[in-house]
Amino acid sequence: MGQTNREAEKWDLVILPKRGWFDLHLRDLWRYRDLISLFVKRDFVTFYKQTVLGPLWYIIQPVLVTVVFTVVFEKIAGISTDGVPGYLFYLSGIVPWTYFASCLNETSNTFVKNAGIFGKVYFPRFTVPVSVVIINLVKFGIQIILFVGFYIYFIAGGSPLRPTLLILLLPVLIFQMAVLSLGAGVLVSSLTTKYRDLTYVMSFAVQLWMYASSVVIPASKVPERFLYFYMMNPMASVVEMFRYSVFGVGVVNPVCICISWAVTLAVLFGGIILFSRVEKSFMDTV
Amino acid sequence: MPETVIKVEGLSKQYRYGVIGHGTLYKDLQSWWARARDVEDPNAKIVERGGPGLDGERFWALKDINCEVKKGEVLGIIGKNGAGKSTLLKILSRVTTPTEGVVKIKGRVASLLEVGTGFHPELTGRENVYLNGTILGMTKSEIDRKFDEIVAFSGIEKFIYTPVKRYSSGMYVRLAFAVAAHLEPEILLVDEVLAVGDVEFQRKCLGKMKDVAGQGRTVLFISHNMGAIRNLCRRTMLLDGGRVILDAPTHQTIATYLEQNLIEGAVATAEQIEQRIEGVICWKNPYLRFRQITIFNDEGVPRRSFHSQEDIRVSVVFECFHAVQDIRLMVYVVDENAVPVLGTYNRDDPAVSDRFYRLEPGIYDAVCVLPGNTFGEREFFLTVHLEYPKTEHIVVNKILSFDVRFEGYNEAYGGGADIFIRPQLKWTLKTLEKGDMARQKI
Repeated sequence: MGQTNREAEKWDLVILPKRGWFDLHLRDLWRYRDLISLFVKRDFVTFYKQTVLGPLWYIIQPVLVTVVFTVVFEKIAGISTDGVPGYLFYLSGIVPWTYFASCLNETSNTFVKNAGIFGKVYFPRFTVPVSVVIINLVKFGIQIILFVGFYIYFIAGGSPLRPTLLILLLPVLIFQMAVLSLGAGVLVSSLTTKYRDLTYVMSFAVQLWMYASSVVIPASKVPERFLYFYMMNPMASVVEMFRYSVFGVGVVNPVCICISWAVTLAVLFGGIILFSRVEKSFMDTV
Repeated sequence: MPETVIKVEGLSKQYRYGVIGHGTLYKDLQSWWARARDVEDPNAKIVERGGPGLDGERFWALKDINCEVKKGEVLGIIGKNGAGKSTLLKILSRVTTPTEGVVKIKGRVASLLEVGTGFHPELTGRENVYLNGTILGMTKSEIDRKFDEIVAFSGIEKFIYTPVKRYSSGMYVRLAFAVAAHLEPEILLVDEVLAVGDVEFQRKCLGKMKDVAGQGRTVLFISHNMGAIRNLCRRTMLLDGGRVILDAPTHQTIATYLEQNLIEGAVATAEQIEQRIEGVICWKNPYLRFRQITIFNDEGVPRRSFHSQEDIRVSVVFECFHAVQDIRLMVYVVDENAVPVLGTYNRDDPAVSDRFYRLEPGIYDAVCVLPGNTFGEREFFLTVHLEYPKTEHIVVNKILSFDVRFEGYNEAYGGGADIFIRPQLKWTLKTLEKGDMARQKI
């Protein structure tokens, strides 16, 4: 036994047939941290080089959606906004949701989009979705500033809303969204290596998912007996938490938070397991 | 005794032909629904009824590979297309995993299966150096340290802040290779990447590879270019059908490889030639390529055995991809050790010399005549060079062989066996003295 141990220590790298379910090479991921930062930089730079409208679009898009939602859901359908002015209410849902949705959409084609590079050189594949989640923070930051601008405008206009101390937990919320979208994204990206048409289903599914995430309909309108079931959607909890911390309204309780974190972690681990399965054999099937 | 840095044990890799699964969820569901209703699956392969189809069938790209590489060794890997060379390198570089077996590696590995992996056209040269370098496994601080050296090696200092989309393909490749050349791994895996760029650059690359090897690093080098393999590697492994056929000193392995792939007939096809080409070759952007080489007789019938009186015609069909000037086509008759016996050059003949000077893109057939009454009785081989000066110099060694049966001259057999050149030459005979006088003098 001692003999084999010494043998194993001698080698820096042992390549074995794929087996094992949970093998993310976290050490490798750390060693390649420069790569993550360069991927982020690449996406950032190319984004600004390609289009003038790009950064502006980040502002136009949520504003337009907010206006549409306010007109359709608040004014016409008369759906409750928990006493928050419609524009603020919808914007506060759209901003975190947009971060989540774009992370999910972009990470979900990790394998297909990077097949060229993945086939030529080894680096921890997980660096790609991780960098996507980071680069989207830039966009999120821009939209948060937009939101703060709106909020100040409304407060100045005499709105009684005030942020609560929970706002200090905002980084935790962002972290949860990052983890969730990363988990769901790699899960989907692993599946798309087998089922290419999932890519088309994805954008549609993300749209539908939004309507079940408190962006439009607040959780307070969900019947009591369905509440915990509703909160199995971690994004619903995240959006409610966000609203609660900035406006002091919304459904927030420890059970809901626990449920949403449990689901988030389950998705992350499920995603990682599938991803690490696929990353080894992926090149043989493309 | 240097330590072993790569140990491959019982390595096998299995691939499946065709696509696994249907590739779309829709079709999988459709098949499932059909099966549930007990109806014929609309996506079933039609071949299934006629016999085994290729789809889903497995084959071994590598089978039971065992080898060890010592520190500082430069191991060449050769073999035909599909012999498993690239699969082996992909497993070693962790792009894919083996089906069976173990690979143990000591030290940092960098693989060069392509130059410029991850280059982004919108980024500047400088940004791409960083991006590409980190993809290949360098850290940012390492690149900081070597940045000036990399830029100097690439020779494009002036354009380093220009987006690479404005680069010419040559500049692009030079920058990409410069990054790769400054990786400092303990083990370097290289797959045919030298085969880009112009002659001068290829020479620079080969030099750099030699330096790397000289610094005690281990290199695994795949190439179709026997010249480069000879130049760099002392030991070479020959793969065929996923197995190691021979693992021996380079000259021995190359000899075996060429021997194995001798072309039996009198016609060498483009594909057969491709597997044996050497020299300086632009893979990505070819100027010249052989299409076919044929030996035939006066009647135009391809043959490989001739009587000594017969003319032997050699046809070289080649393609020009660009307009070229002053190309040089040399046909050598060589012996089994590749020692030239006779050589001829496309512009020797004043009648066609001018026509060869400038060629437009197209396919050409150049024929030279090796006149009868030249060769002795033995087996000869043909080596053909096709050169576009300073750009490409393609060599195919011993591509075809032919036998000559010596018939003798004037119906008098005169020992033509195993002689290379046995022409009918002029003789004179002078009688110096006659009769008894000669004897008396002695």
